[in-house]
Amino acid sequence: MTDDKDVLRDVWFGRIPTCFTLYQDEITEREAEPYYLLLPRVSYLTLVTDKVKKHFQKVMRQEDISEIWFEYEGTPLKWHYPIGLLFDLLASSSALPWNIIVHFKSFPEKDLLHCPSKDAIEAHFMSCMKEADALKHKSQVINEMQKKDHKQLWMGLQNDRFDQFWAINRKLMEYPAEENGFRYIPFRIYQTTTERPFIQKLFRPVAADGQLHTLGDLLREVCPSAIAPEDGGKKNQVMIHGIEPMLETPLQWLSEHLSYPDNFLHISIIPQPID
Amino acid sequence: MAEEPETVLQLSPSPAAAACEGLAELSPETATPEPPSSGAVSPGTEEPAGDTKKKIDILLKAVGDTPIMKTKKWAVERTRTIQGLIDFIKKFLKLVASEQLFIYVNQSFAPSPDQEVGMLYECFGSDGKLVLHYCKSQAWG
Repeated sequence: MTDDKDVLRDVWFGRIPTCFTLYQDEITEREAEPYYLLLPRVSYLTLVTDKVKKHFQKVMRQEDISEIWFEYEGTPLKWHYPIGLLFDLLASSSALPWNIIVHFKSFPEKDLLHCPSKDAIEAHFMSCMKEADALKHKSQVINEMQKKDHKQLWMGLQNDRFDQFWAINRKLMEYPAEENGFRYIPFRIYQTTTERPFIQKLFRPVAADGQLHTLGDLLREVCPSAIAPEDGGKKNQVMIHGIEPMLETPLQWLSEHLSYPDNFLHISIIPQPID
Repeated sequence: MAEEPETVLQLSPSPAAAACEGLAELSPETATPEPPSSGAVSPGTEEPAGDTKKKIDILLKAVGDTPIMKTKKWAVERTRTIQGLIDFIKKFLKLVASEQLFIYVNQSFAPSPDQEVGMLYECFGSDGKLVLHYCKSQAWG
């Protein structure tokens, strides 16, 4: 018998083999070798790429370096989206390693937020957690925590310490026994085919008749085009952490086990690749 | 809150609005309780009622020593981003571009600048409006 809690570990330690290459138009003094790294799915690009930055800056002149940013096949990569989400949404159908281009010039102001320091990542991460708990528990759990608990959540993520993070995060996953789930499920649904950033709505884990809502129920309600394409239309994949969970899976279970550390379920809707 | 004046905040500056000095994005039309649809934004269409209404009402509240805005209630396009709102408030309060401004929902979290107000309204709005607090320094962790 495997414990459902093992899933938390599998999700946390998910890695994506990645090859970073310097953008061809960046000026270097020597040839810039590509840099290979296993990226943690649950983390953020600017949090885990100090080594990548150092590696490329070694061959560049100081005056040619401004804020680092990353791109995949022409799409600037948002550092404030978790890495696993970026991969699922943009690259899951292509061969590994994931080929990311590194830039130090021409920051795409319209597409990306600036990331001046690790503090910016921490502020964003904690804000997402608070938003998630506002949905799950009317902010009661996160507000009852102490400052040091908040710090422990962040340090757990930053230092890749599963036990440190989950010692606190498990409190955010609790709910009153009589309720069968959270107040609302924190989720975001992303599609590459639309201009809109993502779909986020109020959705309860349990239906009025007491039945548990499933992933399929959620999609039928808030994003019907994802699972019921018109005849002859392209089929879609519904992906979380690189897998396609069955649409019959209860949403509450997904929220407890497949949420990212920010406590949101980040769901990618991507066109089915043609074999 | 019918006594509060409501002002239409346009998403994109129209040539007419751009002619106004300083606040190119602000269309100083006032109306209560329902704003007339601005020709530049939604030409010739009636605003559908309820959830699909194109604009939502937001209530802006200052925190700490951040200057208050005389007009607190605004009708805003659903697709307007938090960044767009920050830029607007900074312009309205005549803050220097380098000054920071933070916006909070529920007096607890700061949505990321690319989040749309319409989505926040659907998740965190109450009594037909979304209450946002703004502050020149970080007010809530």
